[in-house]
Amino acid sequence: MQRIGIVTFPGSLDDHDCVRAVIRAGGEAVALWHGDSDLQNVDAIILPGGFSYGDALRCGSIARFAPLMTDVIDAAKQGMPILGICNGFQILCESHLLPGVLTRNAHLHYRTKDQALRFENTKTVWTANFVDQPYAVIPTKHGEGRYVADAAVLDDLEATGRVIARYINGNPNGSMRDIAGVCNEAGNVVGLMPHPEHAIDTLTGPSTDGLAFFTSILSATAGVAL
Amino acid sequence: MPRVVVDVLLKPEILDPQGQAIERALPRLGFAGVSDVRQGKHFELSVDDAVTNPEDVVRQLADNLLANPVIEDFTVTVVR
Repeated sequence: MQRIGIVTFPGSLDDHDCVRAVIRAGGEAVALWHGDSDLQNVDAIILPGGFSYGDALRCGSIARFAPLMTDVIDAAKQGMPILGICNGFQILCESHLLPGVLTRNAHLHYRTKDQALRFENTKTVWTANFVDQPYAVIPTKHGEGRYVADAAVLDDLEATGRVIARYINGNPNGSMRDIAGVCNEAGNVVGLMPHPEHAIDTLTGPSTDGLAFFTSILSATAGVAL
Repeated sequence: MPRVVVDVLLKPEILDPQGQAIERALPRLGFAGVSDVRQGKHFELSVDDAVTNPEDVVRQLADNLLANPVIEDFTVTVVR
């Protein structure tokens, strides 16, 4: 069974929901601790949402220097699949594993809603199972989710298919070009502002659309053709 | 022990909704003729006398941590 590591930082909130989502998808969830330097032979890593270090300085800027992040960054560069959700996305941007930055919502309000998304890149190891269902509704909840990068970077992301998902039916935060998620050049590192781990069961979420992230990575790491 | 100041400000082309909110509040407070408000961060650090070239050291830590050069500019000033 594939081992999916979920990193807990001081202030992480959604690590347990990610654990549940991995188990629901049929994988083994492995708890990783920010202060360790041992990736425990996991096949992929999730940086969960929350408020690591209380969002001090800039969201994700302190977590980037956690001991485990040195190993995560090295592993990412060697092709390890990494998914950053919300605060995890912010950490990946601060780590320069993904381009751009997530800044204060344009309207300055913390926004919680079930967000409609369109998946535009279903070739990554994290998004492959959206190929037949590119429209999804996944909860979003953040105060600093406005994706910002300069025009050249945005043009390049679009030209190379690295915008993995966009907000549709309304942009919740003023994100440039309605960007909800991006990936790196190799496609193994993905960041997404909405929370797929909160959309795995209709008892607690608006849909089960989010489960596709977790089934995608389990298929990919099992070596099943995408 | 040198005291070093780092001021961090969003780059001019980056939207600053907090600065805009402050600007919108000013007329309500009776301040007329004030515009283009930008909100930033101000850091003060003491550097041990044993550290050679404190300004360069602080510039490096500002570039690595205090500012995100993707969206922010910063200045470093040794004040004493």
